[in-house]
Amino acid sequence: MWRLSALLLISLPLSLQAGEIWITNEKDDTISVIDTDTLEVTRTIATGERPRGITFSKDFTRAYVCASDSDAVQVIDVQSGDILNDLPSGEDPEQFVLHPDDRHLWIANEDDAIATVVDVQTHKVVAQINVGIEPEGMAVSPDGKTVVSTSETTSMAHWIDTESHEIYANSLVDARPRHAVFTSDGAQLWVSSEIGGTVSVFDTADQSLITKIRFEITGVHPDLIQPVGFEFTADGTRAFVALGPANHIAVVDTATFEVTDYLLVGRRVWHMAFSPDHSKLFTTNGVSGDVTVIDVATLTPIKSIKTGRYPWGAAMRP
Amino acid sequence: MRAWITGALFCTAVLAGAGAAQAEVRVHVTYLRHEAPPRVVLSNLDPVPADLGLAGAQLGRLENATTGRFLNQSFTLDILSIPAQEDILVPARIALARGDILLLDMAASDQTAIADLDPTTLMFNVSDSGDALRGAQCRANILHSALSARMESDALMQVLLSKRWTRLALMAGPRPDDHSLAQLYRDSARKFGLKIVDEVAWTFDTDLRRAANTEVALLTQGLKAHDVLLVADAADDFARYIPFNTWDPRPVAGRAGLSAQGWSPAMEQWGAAQLQARFEDLAGRDMAPRDYAAYAAMRSIGEAVARIQTSDQGRIRDYILSPDFELAAFQGRPLSYRPWDGQMRQPVPVATTRALVASAPLDGFEHARNPLDSLGVDAPETLCTAFKD
Repeated sequence: MWRLSALLLISLPLSLQAGEIWITNEKDDTISVIDTDTLEVTRTIATGERPRGITFSKDFTRAYVCASDSDAVQVIDVQSGDILNDLPSGEDPEQFVLHPDDRHLWIANEDDAIATVVDVQTHKVVAQINVGIEPEGMAVSPDGKTVVSTSETTSMAHWIDTESHEIYANSLVDARPRHAVFTSDGAQLWVSSEIGGTVSVFDTADQSLITKIRFEITGVHPDLIQPVGFEFTADGTRAFVALGPANHIAVVDTATFEVTDYLLVGRRVWHMAFSPDHSKLFTTNGVSGDVTVIDVATLTPIKSIKTGRYPWGAAMRP
Repeated sequence: MRAWITGALFCTAVLAGAGAAQAEVRVHVTYLRHEAPPRVVLSNLDPVPADLGLAGAQLGRLENATTGRFLNQSFTLDILSIPAQEDILVPARIALARGDILLLDMAASDQTAIADLDPTTLMFNVSDSGDALRGAQCRANILHSALSARMESDALMQVLLSKRWTRLALMAGPRPDDHSLAQLYRDSARKFGLKIVDEVAWTFDTDLRRAANTEVALLTQGLKAHDVLLVADAADDFARYIPFNTWDPRPVAGRAGLSAQGWSPAMEQWGAAQLQARFEDLAGRDMAPRDYAAYAAMRSIGEAVARIQTSDQGRIRDYILSPDFELAAFQGRPLSYRPWDGQMRQPVPVATTRALVASAPLDGFEHARNPLDSLGVDAPETLCTAFKD
């Protein structure tokens, strides 16, 4: 008994302070777990084939991972790293989003032009919704009433009512939309277009286009500036946008929609996650096979961390 | 009568409320093929698929229709395939009478004859790779989603130059199209500053499947010192027997070894793996360059119709040729069309049968307007005048 409490005392402060970034390695079928304080890879966890999208349950006890080529979403115990079970996901799940109810995963099935809704408690498919070709980005509004699915080849954002599972609006965007996120107040939806080279900002109330954000880097041809993943800071004042083969992260002022900085990272940057205190940003660099750590206050890259082959998704666990 | 009108108005209002266009936009396309006479080549390994090109157009239609479902747009595809000895103008008139957009899979002379039957009909060349149809013989109503052989040849030279493999030996086959291809290689080599140090003519009529090991070594023994052996074999007849049978241990490029073509089954980056999988599901085979050209033509039509919401062929053509047009087509850069000759701009995969080596244009091949225009005939050199206003 005495021994037990001593153990608890030792382990508790550690787990409170040190957050983790979980990185999916698409070509290694693993997850690299990075400690946000030491900036080292502390664990490597085996997954199914071609892991891409990753997110956590609200209590951070389980990780959900899209194992695209295993046609499954895998549920991982975060302590042991063991795969608890597979969820039926439809074919080729690429990205997904967990509904605020902590119970329904909305999954993009890239090869099937379908979005699948899975109940993580019953392990049952609740609904499948026909969307455009190569669905990828999935976003849920903070009130949980709307899920948006973007389809790459159809170049559209589909607005889906989460109660009726019906599409109630479709918004054309520039070519090859990859990622979508609602602002934290739910007023705007941002959608990145990889081949179009833009980020479209929509008014959630009427799905009208507010603006299109464009990017420009000296010495990089516009065709190679390809926005993919992006995240907002906790205070919502800035967005960090990964520009793919341009090897840069753009920093966008969310009030003016102006790009204020471009930060050089590794090659073919895909997605990103913040440390628990939002002081550091971790970007996945697919081609260089590493993660760049950016100090958010000074906007400077401070370290590259070698991961597995082709790091893709990123998610934070406090 | 009155009730009927009200009903129709009501339907329109509901569609508009759902975010769709008011009236359905219907787009009809005919794939018109003049079948080529059978090709006689040494190897039996790679038969020409009966649905070459057609399957690409079918996949493109499916994708257009999926997008169209959300926009109240429909896409149909008719296929008219006519034996080589029959008159292609007969089915062409049928398709033109229906008002269809045409995809043309036939010789250049057939294409110009059909284009002249109705200069207001939009057509896509999905098969011919020659300069003439893009140059002196160009037609304002023919766009080219098939790559020109000159673009492919330029792409190959860019890759060789980037590796500093600049001393080339050239082996050309005996047929007229082999000689044309050899001339393209000479032109592209000169354009990018590579040197063709020696040439040899392919003259054999023995069955190379049995004799390549000895014959090719003897043929290449006298070639001056070179880095790469280029093989100009337009019909893909003998090139496959050249690699690893040469006197000197040199890589082979052209129709065997390292090849530049509009599409390669080895493409997997930039989402290409998904496209390959969809094509394989549909056709049960790998996607060939002609399939890709037909796919890109259909998708160009679909992209334009989605953006401008009309089936008016003149407006579709103008939009496709405008700077606003961008097609995402799994090559890592947006595709567009050159306004001076209607040629589709695209990166060119340079690949072996099993892996992509590079996608041209490579870094360092700059261009004032667009690096993709470092491949093929650029605006100042064009002989095409039909696109000038």
